[in-house]
Amino acid sequence: MESMASLTEDSATAGEEQGGVRRRDFINVAAASFAGVGAVSVALPLINQMNPSADVLAEASTEIDLAAIQPGQTIKTIFRKQPLFVRHLTPAEIASAEKVSLGDLRDPQSLEDRTKAGKKQWLITMGVCTHLGCVPLGAGEGEVKGEFGGYFCPCHGSSYDTAARIRKGPAPRNLEVPPYEFTSDTAVKVG
Amino acid sequence: MSFPWANEYKPSNPLMRYLDEKLPLPRFVYNAVGAGYPVPRNLNYFWNFGVLAGVALMVQIVTGVVLAMHFAAESTVAFSSVEHIMRDVNAGWFLRYAHANGASMFFIVVYIHIFRGLFYGSYKPPREMVWHLGLVIFLLMMATAFMGYVLPWGQMSFWGAKVITGLFGAIPLVGEPIQTWLLGGFAPDNAALNRFFSLHFLLPFVILGVIILHVWALHIPGSSNPTGVEVKSEQDTVPFHPYYTAKDGVGVAAFFLLFALLVFFGPNFLGEPDNYIPANPLATPANIVPEWYFWPFYAILRAFTVDFLFIPAKLLGVLAMFAAILLLFFLPWLDTSAVRSGHYRPLFRKFFWFGLIPTIAILGYCGGSHATDGIVLVSQFAAAYYFAHFLIILPIISRVETTKPLPTSITEAVLGTAPGATLQPAE
Repeated sequence: MESMASLTEDSATAGEEQGGVRRRDFINVAAASFAGVGAVSVALPLINQMNPSADVLAEASTEIDLAAIQPGQTIKTIFRKQPLFVRHLTPAEIASAEKVSLGDLRDPQSLEDRTKAGKKQWLITMGVCTHLGCVPLGAGEGEVKGEFGGYFCPCHGSSYDTAARIRKGPAPRNLEVPPYEFTSDTAVKVG
Repeated sequence: MSFPWANEYKPSNPLMRYLDEKLPLPRFVYNAVGAGYPVPRNLNYFWNFGVLAGVALMVQIVTGVVLAMHFAAESTVAFSSVEHIMRDVNAGWFLRYAHANGASMFFIVVYIHIFRGLFYGSYKPPREMVWHLGLVIFLLMMATAFMGYVLPWGQMSFWGAKVITGLFGAIPLVGEPIQTWLLGGFAPDNAALNRFFSLHFLLPFVILGVIILHVWALHIPGSSNPTGVEVKSEQDTVPFHPYYTAKDGVGVAAFFLLFALLVFFGPNFLGEPDNYIPANPLATPANIVPEWYFWPFYAILRAFTVDFLFIPAKLLGVLAMFAAILLLFFLPWLDTSAVRSGHYRPLFRKFFWFGLIPTIAILGYCGGSHATDGIVLVSQFAAAYYFAHFLIILPIISRVETTKPLPTSITEAVLGTAPGATLQPAE
């Protein structure tokens, strides 16, 4: 403590002209800041290496041929290493999806919001339950479609309707619609 | 540190004296877990479990390092490299079963260690730091065990990884980028498998480091004991070696008996058959369940089924699951009773044995079962009790309870107050 007191006394006299700031204070702050900037610039690549690598991102889009999918049929394919459901809705399924009033929905979206204009028979969604990421049933032949005729997640019982909207169970949101576009009448590019 | 009457390290061998001058490592060990550490004379067998946890960690490190010599952390071959260990590697089946069941043994031992601390009030001053470091070890263990379970790349590995990293996706706004960052992709794949392997190898050594801090912090006030009365004189203690090395030896033998029983007679008893199916991103197992030691927390996660205010149910479940553990960090301040040991706290003891313990058992059962409406309802009540126990019941008990009279010293608790009850040399 004694040495500290004498030190501040010395510096007070030495630093009077510069408003109490010593030359050494500046050097300390400058050195620590410089080291800090250096540490952050090294930390960034160390953190960023955890993000998806170029080869993973390169597989980030998928092309699908719709020609062979019959009304009422769903195919299960892969988009970004996750299941993707491509569903050809029947007129009855479209009607049942449109009958629901949006106010009754947990995640209000109409069938139009979830399909492309003029192509509302093509329902393209991720096959990933928004609850905890299980693959819902209902895409394969003979699988249970749940009480709303869309998809049913066996893990915790979430039921989706024919627009793949959440209707019952713990999932918070509708099945995600990935970004996609029609490249022709019978082909889409997802991603 | 330690008591003034602790034995001093006095090597008679010239080589040991030389070593003591240059690097006093033997002195350090002698003072930490040798005759130089005075320990209360009345410890019961529940005090074995700290040493047993250390033994379990060493078993995991030894078997794990050996398994890593044969395992390939690459998603296309990971599953078959585990089968290669099981079928082709000499004694590979033994090493893998020992490692898998060793994890269960580690958790059994650590849970008993934690319950010991809860019952005897080991978390109270002056040992809060010991308790907090113990919880850090527990969290690290859970992370390590989870990542280890992903490595065989079976169905449960894959879907477990997906569900657990999906928990981070529940965080508003930044959740999904965090999930992608953790996995290095949009779903568990090679990048995730590789980083989990790297961390699964690293974390046990971090645990070892925190264990050293845990024991260091413990040795400042010295070990607690079943009466919760602090050591007052030399009469109250015996040297750690040979008294507790011998007693721990009995526990270690019992530990290895149970361990051998599991490894040789029921190696898959605690496992999930689905993990012998290679990971398939397109098919979810009928019932995704974690390993048994995560069941109580998994039940709390699933107990939240309705949104509350603006918080979605999924986020509530995630918050509650983490809160269930983080809550324990506040225990030294939630339980304000001056009496440590549950032996002298009649009300506390009732709520411990008939409230907390059955609740955790019920949560465990629910977490391992398929989530039917009934199971979810039971988990909701049990989860509510779990939080109420620590946040409401315990603080109230601490204030209203009439505790039983404490013995004036550890020695009195052991020998009684009868005249002539003094220390006699062993015959």
